[in-house]
Amino acid sequence: MNHAAFIIPAYVLTVAGLVGLLVHSWLAMRAAERAADEMRKR
Amino acid sequence: MHRFANPARFLRIARAVTPWLVLPGLAITAAALYIGLFASPPDYQQGDSVRIMYVHVPAAWLGSGGYLGLAIASLTALVWRHPLANVAGRAIALPGALFTAICLVSGSLWGKPTWGTYWVWDARLTSMLVLLFLYLGYLALSAAESDRPEARGAAILSLVGTINLPIIKYSVEWWNTLHQGPSITVTKNAIAPEMLLPLLLSVAGFSLLFAGIVLMRMRTELATTRVAVRSRRLAEAHA
Repeated sequence: MNHAAFIIPAYVLTVAGLVGLLVHSWLAMRAAERAADEMRKR
Repeated sequence: MHRFANPARFLRIARAVTPWLVLPGLAITAAALYIGLFASPPDYQQGDSVRIMYVHVPAAWLGSGGYLGLAIASLTALVWRHPLANVAGRAIALPGALFTAICLVSGSLWGKPTWGTYWVWDARLTSMLVLLFLYLGYLALSAAESDRPEARGAAILSLVGTINLPIIKYSVEWWNTLHQGPSITVTKNAIAPEMLLPLLLSVAGFSLLFAGIVLMRMRTELATTRVAVRSRRLAEAHA
């Protein structure tokens, strides 16, 4: 049995999920904190 | 604990700590996955499929550990009305659900070459699936309660769900399961050092990233709340 056919999807899924959530959380945080700073300056 | 009840003080600390979680977390995780994929040896029984362990085990640890964190946050919100506790709970829930899903899928991919099947309804696999449903239930309930700060349904659900944590932990001892027993406990280690190093590195790297994501999501919710409060005050001032 070719184990790479199971290992590669497991790693791809993990890295994609982790990096996806990390980038999404970072972008959402940047946008929210920028909006809060602009609101404070008004 | 109440030293951190002031969101401004918490934000000062969170802003300083976040990069120290995310950047080392990325570096350690990348190193762990590289070693796990290319530099660690295959298992004498399982062959190369053992490399899935380096993503499966930290995902399982963070799925279960994250739920414990969620339950502690909910208890703190219910008992002490800590202003950041519900924010922390909501911030933990999505990464916790993600890691639980990664654990289930990577475990399924590990099961096929090892057991000959992607899925069996044994106690460990089923209790991890129940954990995913608990996370999804918490996320759905907390979204439904978002406009009612006095609502407690999501926090109570998360506390009720803690009954599942010992079931996950001891399922491989209480019942006959396809899933193997624990390889590492406080008193024994059945893993070769050249496999233990990438495993510990991946647990450390994933944990740092998990904590970094939680802090970022908490900062997002606090900033969003500040904007909403300020907008309401401006609207009231102009009315």
